[in-house]
Amino acid sequence: MNALNRLLSTAVLGAAVVMTAPVPMAQAETPPNMLVIANRIDDITTLDPAESFEFAGSDVSRNVYMKLVNFDPMNLKAGYQPEIAESWTVSEDKRSITFTIREGLKFHSGNPVRAEDVEFSLQRAVILNKTPAFILTQFGFTAENVAETIKAEGNTVTITTDKPYATSFVLNCLTATIGGIVDKDVVMANEQDGDMGNTWLKTNTAGSGAYKLVSWKPNESVTIQSNPDYYRGAPAMERVIVRHVQESASQRLLLERGDIDIARNLNPEDIAGVRDAEGVKVEEELKGRLMYVSLSQKHPELSKPQVRQAFKYLIDYEGMKNSFLSGQYTIHQNFLPQTYLGASDAAPFTYDVEKAKALLAEAGIPEGMEIEVGVREAQERIEIAQSLQNSLGQVGIKMNITIGTAKQILGRYRARELDVYLGAWGPDYPDPHTNAGTFAYNPDNSDAAQATGLLAWRNSWDTGGLTEKTAAAVIENDRDIRAKMYDEIQAEFRETSPFVVMFQQIEQSAQRDNVMNFSTGQAITSASYWQVTK
Amino acid sequence: MALTENTRERRVRASLAPWLKGVLVALGSVSITMLGLLFVTFVIGRVMPIDPVLAIVGERASQSTYDAVYEQLGLDKPLLVQFLYYLWDVLHGDFGMSLLNARPVSEDIARVFPATLELATLGTLIGVLLGVPLGVIAAVRRGSWIDQIARVVALVGYSMPIFWLGLMGLLVFYGVLGWVGGPGRLDIFYQDIVPSRTGMILIDSAIAGDWGVFRNAFSHIILPATLLGYYSLAYISRMTRSFMLEQLSAEYITTARVKGMSERQVIWGHAFRNIRVQLITVIALSYANLLEGSVLTEIIFSWPGIGSYITTALLSADMNAVLGGTVVVGLIFICLNLFSDLLYRVFDPRAK
Repeated sequence: MNALNRLLSTAVLGAAVVMTAPVPMAQAETPPNMLVIANRIDDITTLDPAESFEFAGSDVSRNVYMKLVNFDPMNLKAGYQPEIAESWTVSEDKRSITFTIREGLKFHSGNPVRAEDVEFSLQRAVILNKTPAFILTQFGFTAENVAETIKAEGNTVTITTDKPYATSFVLNCLTATIGGIVDKDVVMANEQDGDMGNTWLKTNTAGSGAYKLVSWKPNESVTIQSNPDYYRGAPAMERVIVRHVQESASQRLLLERGDIDIARNLNPEDIAGVRDAEGVKVEEELKGRLMYVSLSQKHPELSKPQVRQAFKYLIDYEGMKNSFLSGQYTIHQNFLPQTYLGASDAAPFTYDVEKAKALLAEAGIPEGMEIEVGVREAQERIEIAQSLQNSLGQVGIKMNITIGTAKQILGRYRARELDVYLGAWGPDYPDPHTNAGTFAYNPDNSDAAQATGLLAWRNSWDTGGLTEKTAAAVIENDRDIRAKMYDEIQAEFRETSPFVVMFQQIEQSAQRDNVMNFSTGQAITSASYWQVTK
Repeated sequence: MALTENTRERRVRASLAPWLKGVLVALGSVSITMLGLLFVTFVIGRVMPIDPVLAIVGERASQSTYDAVYEQLGLDKPLLVQFLYYLWDVLHGDFGMSLLNARPVSEDIARVFPATLELATLGTLIGVLLGVPLGVIAAVRRGSWIDQIARVVALVGYSMPIFWLGLMGLLVFYGVLGWVGGPGRLDIFYQDIVPSRTGMILIDSAIAGDWGVFRNAFSHIILPATLLGYYSLAYISRMTRSFMLEQLSAEYITTARVKGMSERQVIWGHAFRNIRVQLITVIALSYANLLEGSVLTEIIFSWPGIGSYITTALLSADMNAVLGGTVVVGLIFICLNLFSDLLYRVFDPRAK
């Protein structure tokens, strides 16, 4: 809805000015055992955990399905915790992990949660091979070998990977949406044409989590009901309704009026407006999305080390953060988002035109060089591009901005045709390898490799030693050493790579002040509701 | 006797023939229009720079997943073949599956269209009930203060951006005064209480006899409906006024007045009677416009109607949904046209 949003947000400015003034609101209140959230949920395409890969869909999954291991929303820093798996052991060759299933768990159908269900769910995700399947198949699971590599025996499930990966890597991946455990009997009873229940699970659920699905009306609402048999005890919020409210101003009115408890998509003007409103608080959480600029290493000038450096000094980090990105993004110059294992907060680059000029002179860049940047039609990205265009103008580089749809811009980016790309990247699963494996890993830089999923490849960047270092970090079993390895990789990446990582997203959610413990899941997971009280 | 029967039969046949011909011609023109609409929408959908495959598989998918879905959607076949397949399905009432929410498009439309229908009908009712009398009075009292007010009302209606009025309306009547319900069709407490029969909550709750839900639904619909009604009022009142002025300056009106007819009879019995046909076209057009779904109104009021459905589908490259929605909107236009044609025949003796 970008174009429409732009139109709306520009035109609504007048209304916003009036509305920012504090206005006494007539008050209503939602029931004490009900949580009502306004969110944009038009990205939900499926509720099948083997297929779901969008934000709003992951929120539903996180609350409906349990996983072998999961994050505690009250203590996300602690990392993964036992959930369906009560405990696990790692084999000596570090290739097998055996999970012991917690006794007494029940699906919403009343069926017990068995090792067989875990085996089925993980095998199913591999066999269906939907978009997020790579999170599991990167461990060497294939449709042909899952019968051997993911195996239930009695009360345990053993998964065997093709290499001795770091246990933290495997377990972090199992906390992703695709790790959701489904009720085998219910799913298979709804199988159509050998689809392993995929069609049915797109719009229905069969989980064991804190909530069960009541209804999903696309672009309208998702309603979930608490599961009284939830193993941590029945959640305080008996019903959670997530309503699709597209407009920020409408979300704000609903919140101030007390008809909703949480508004998740307020724009900066409305956030500023509600800060002074009575009975409303604003919470901030860092999310995983990064905004970056990257330079094609096929370009004869952009591939020079000094030019790569110079670009890092040509971003007006503070200026943008304090103006149009205010409250939505914070400065971040590393490929691992804050809150990830191994994340670094080093930010050595500042806006320094003189330094950039000197670097460009050293590289012998001709005056008046022209380059093209590809940007997708999203307001904030276009504004960042304009800021960059301005800075580049000051050092004599003319940057032409090409704005296009995802198909146009991503198509050219994936085909390695863009000089410069300006865009966003969000991690796929809560392990550092998700970003290290795309920013710093590129085993074959040839055009023929067609590794379109790797950002390093898209920019034709031979990462030098970083590919090996990334591969080493992913099999390091000591968590602390592993974190240190990512720190080192990022330090080298910052200096040498053609990527200018600029910002990390912040989610600001405005809540009624009686709402306690709500978590959007930060960068590593999705929103969960079982711990919320009012 | 035989002769009489024969004559009667001939008469019936003679009167049936043009009627049947009329129906056939109408059906033929509807089919051709629909076919054209389908084809143009289909082609535009295919040549637009959006990628339905990318929308499904996402940015991270491998080339093989991408290719598999590309083939699955039939995009590897020639355009004409794709169109024929699509046409065949549509003729069987199948608009395909929504690429994005995995439900049949026909099911989606059956869910979102009643919301728009309810809103647009109420909006048009408000527009007609207020707009027509306002237009008539403005014409009769031409140049008077009431005519000036009608002009200002219409001008504001034409020129005020709907999202601004919508937001202001929400702020004042919902936020501050609390007179009406907020965005959405119902308060959360009233959701899913009455069974959905028509999809129009006012009617469903009336059928179920649940007046609590009815009142709540009414409090939610009244603001957006008034807003839409205001826009159609602006249009309808101006058109009524100009039609009426034309009639009032005609000679037969002077004759009627000279004959001593009451002013009421002259205005409503003569002048207004003669503008009914034109008015029907105006109202049908205005109704059709609202039935298309007013996207901005639907967004501001979180109204899950067909306008925002088609827009969301378009922006997320869900071409089946866009095509399905467009065909339905096209059908509505065609049906309303047919309907107003039919009313012409009833009201205008010359059309018979």
